[in-house]
Amino acid sequence: MIGLYRPGTSLLHRAPALVKLGLLAVAMVLVGLVADPLVLAGEFVVVVALYAVARIPPTAAWPQIGPILWILVFAVPVQVLVAGGSMAGWTTAGLMAGRLLVAVALAALFTLTTTVTAVLEAFQILLRPFRRWVDADRVGLLVALTIRCIPLVAEIVREVLDARRARGAQGSVVALAVPVVVRSLYAADAIGEALAARGLDD
Amino acid sequence: MTAAGIRFEGVSHGFDDNQVLKGINLHLTERRIGIVGANGSGKSTLARMINGLVTPTSGTVTVNGLDVRRQAKLVRREVGFIFTNPDNQIVMPTVQEDVAFTLRRRGLDAAEIAARTAKALDRFGLTALAERPAHRLSGGQKQLLALAAVLVAGPSIVVADEPTTLLDARNTRLITGLLVSLTQQVIVVTHDLDVLEGFDRVLVIDEGRVVADDVPAAALTAYLSLLS
Repeated sequence: MIGLYRPGTSLLHRAPALVKLGLLAVAMVLVGLVADPLVLAGEFVVVVALYAVARIPPTAAWPQIGPILWILVFAVPVQVLVAGGSMAGWTTAGLMAGRLLVAVALAALFTLTTTVTAVLEAFQILLRPFRRWVDADRVGLLVALTIRCIPLVAEIVREVLDARRARGAQGSVVALAVPVVVRSLYAADAIGEALAARGLDD
Repeated sequence: MTAAGIRFEGVSHGFDDNQVLKGINLHLTERRIGIVGANGSGKSTLARMINGLVTPTSGTVTVNGLDVRRQAKLVRREVGFIFTNPDNQIVMPTVQEDVAFTLRRRGLDAAEIAARTAKALDRFGLTALAERPAHRLSGGQKQLLALAAVLVAGPSIVVADEPTTLLDARNTRLITGLLVSLTQQVIVVTHDLDVLEGFDRVLVIDEGRVVADDVPAAALTAYLSLLS
């Protein structure tokens, strides 16, 4: 979700996140149940049409969907082998690959057209019936901070790797793990302080 | 005795065997106040007491009559705090979301949040970056975002703890210029003495004590003589 949202004003961008989440869940179930290649082909067409409605260009869609193809390069032959190399095996493998591609494409479309704030607000609405036991605001903030901290920790790791290389300690796991953990803890402490300063403990 | 301004009365702070601040008595009412001192002198601790991030082990700190120990929530609505490293104070994934985060915590409605966020972004030249992931901003842009996210809530006092330490000369000048142009009372902790030009008052902290408290020229003369 980090930096994946593409601003826009399409129907998909403007649709409430909770509605999109619900439709995504239903779509995933339907995709999983498909057993007819023609129906699956129809679903492909629908997904492409949705991307067109959202005005998401192929250059933006490819980084989200492309990686799954590498998995399928291995998964499909394995599936065929397991099925004994028969025509039925190829059909099964093809259906599996198709379902996976459609599912990933739909999930990516959700991420590309929905801001993190909208997702968090949707989670908070879903958690509202449980507010007696769960603080929905805190859960939402936890998710947002998790997303926010991924690039932060990645930067810490990058800097430590550079420092390790500069000191000729490339092979040392300790020289990587210890500074990363220590710096991450310091960063967490500093973020906690900043959250308090911004009124989180109000 | 007026309740306005920031008061330190008999403030000391320490932990284990380390006394970080000793016997601080101050009444800060000037519009532009600078705080300088060597590393470990206690200046950042003093700054953090102003918005209740640190509470004194003895003595009282009040902000416009509000006790930072007993009324920290109200104090933090009055005092915005800018940290040295803006990465640590950006909590949401995108620029717009981070600025809006401060207001969402205040229970405002969506239209009001959107309007005030847009105004803050425009004020700091961040409108074009509104949808950009915060981690992809430059250092100067991140500090601008931090400023916007703090000021959008309308504090009456802004405390900045070495806000330009991680910035290049150009961004230092930009951030400093923005800070001194604010209508709020601004208190800046800094190692960069050029930042303090035009300030009303400068405090020099050394080993937990205020060793000089004067107009910039006199205070900085005292500070430089400490260093030599």
